[in-house]
Amino acid sequence: MSVSAETSVVSPPGLASTALAALTTVRDPELDEPITTLGFVASCVVSCEGRAVVRLRLPTYFCAPNFAYLMVADAYDAVIGVPGVQSAEVILEDHFASDQINAGVAAQAGFVKSFDGEAVAELGDLRARFLRKAVMAGTDVVCRPLLKAGVTPEELAILTLGTIPPSEQLESLKRRRAELGLSTHDDAPLLIDPATGQRISTEAVPLHLRKARVTKAGIDANTSICSGMFKVRYPQGRTP
Amino acid sequence: MYQKDGEKYFIVDSHMHYWNAAPSNWVKGAEHYAKGWIECFHAYQGLGPEETHWPIDKFMAYTEDDLMKDVFEDGYVDVAVFQPTYLKEWYAEGFNTTERNAALGEKHPGMFIANTRFDPRDGDPGVEELRRNVERYGSKGVKLYTAEWNNGSRGYKLSDPAAYRYLEKAQELGIKNIHVHKGPTIWPLDKDSFDVSDIDHCATDFPELNFIVEHVGLPRIEDFCFMATQEPNVYAGLSVVIGGLMHARPKFFAKVMGELLFWVGEDKMTFGSDYGIWEPKWQVEGFVDWQMPDDEELSDYGKLTTATKKKILGLNAAKLYDIKVPAEFLVPAQAGTPAAQDASQLVTGQ
Repeated sequence: MSVSAETSVVSPPGLASTALAALTTVRDPELDEPITTLGFVASCVVSCEGRAVVRLRLPTYFCAPNFAYLMVADAYDAVIGVPGVQSAEVILEDHFASDQINAGVAAQAGFVKSFDGEAVAELGDLRARFLRKAVMAGTDVVCRPLLKAGVTPEELAILTLGTIPPSEQLESLKRRRAELGLSTHDDAPLLIDPATGQRISTEAVPLHLRKARVTKAGIDANTSICSGMFKVRYPQGRTP
Repeated sequence: MYQKDGEKYFIVDSHMHYWNAAPSNWVKGAEHYAKGWIECFHAYQGLGPEETHWPIDKFMAYTEDDLMKDVFEDGYVDVAVFQPTYLKEWYAEGFNTTERNAALGEKHPGMFIANTRFDPRDGDPGVEELRRNVERYGSKGVKLYTAEWNNGSRGYKLSDPAAYRYLEKAQELGIKNIHVHKGPTIWPLDKDSFDVSDIDHCATDFPELNFIVEHVGLPRIEDFCFMATQEPNVYAGLSVVIGGLMHARPKFFAKVMGELLFWVGEDKMTFGSDYGIWEPKWQVEGFVDWQMPDDEELSDYGKLTTATKKKILGLNAAKLYDIKVPAEFLVPAQAGTPAAQDASQLVTGQ
């Protein structure tokens, strides 16, 4: 899916597209993909007075509210941070918890307060758990070509980030590690436990790679179901 | 029964439904949930081949005739296992109750197995209801939705003490198979209904019960795989996997199958069409024709044998439900590729 969001023609020159560009930094935490490429941004409009309105839509009416909340809150933070934007409103459409999420984010209330009596924990842990999965999946993507080129699992165990040929995949893996507070230095090991940051020992490498592979397969399968459902719901790629 | 290239397949559809989601069954004040739910299911149907899509009106309330034709006449199924889904907060008579299923089943002896359900939050009356259902309908299995709403509660864990009490009762009553919905999104708040760690505890503490994880824990297949490879009584229910991926996303279907065959193994994977979301016909035909593609990226996954497919499409579930399978459909004891191989050693050896 490509970015098909409408941008405003009434906004100050470039401001709506700058806001849309800011939204490319917002990812679906579960799928580890920008909400813009997933098609989740239905529109992004900025008025002459700098008032931004972003409309989001998701693959199903029952998409998990915890992930939905994170995306709405992240979209708000991304757009309000654009110079020239004075106020921002992010509206999640066609979702069973739209009202609670939209009001909660607008009031900066946090997840627990937005779902009073139904939720007992904020979403930092959830986000971190899925970031760790993204690190595992990224490990699979980076290691596959190395293994194919003849690098042995024993050699992988001692490789550091600085010894790997530069690639977009490696940069992506480093960004996910950085978000978790894990080392991205050139002398940091390539293979680490994303929960602890500890280097993976040589004998544990085969299992680590297997785990990385199944994690990547799981995220891919989930993404393909979500994007398939999204196409069924919004066949034109736009809000009906 | 399905026959292809001289091979005969005994088909057990271990996960299917007979629901009523017509507007006349929507609870007043909860119409938007009832409507949202069935529309969400209907969108899943969109992942199957176009010629198998139904209009929403039929999808909300397909008939007994539709079901008998789609599942048995056209769909090759020998025995179908009803999995109830109550959702009484949204649907007045329930979405798909034990009674509704069993009433249909009683008209067609030998073709259906009527599973029932329980909810550990229902206390003593729930235990009584479970007893009545098992006695009345001969249920050997239950379908559980740990994310279901119940009187203000938005979900439970199967490892909760109340759930253990129900599992003990169920076992006493002769229940063998616990099907648990751990699958695509349905309204979990911080009660993390995708999390499969509760199954891990139960499978260890109830070794006589089988735990069939429906939809293989999507979107957390990896958590499910690590758990299932260590628990001999945990199975992968393939509903949604075949229906949702085989046609729509063949490459990811291949990856998921490759992973499941490696971690869980062909002896612990069971076919379920998830009818009426998807008709079984195209799933059975497509799966028998399917093979792991010759693709560099898939090269470390094994190929499927005919025995593998026979087990997944029916023989595994037949064992779980003591269904007598005629000899012509059976595979030799050692046929196929043994399960999991080094997977569990990989995990436990760490």
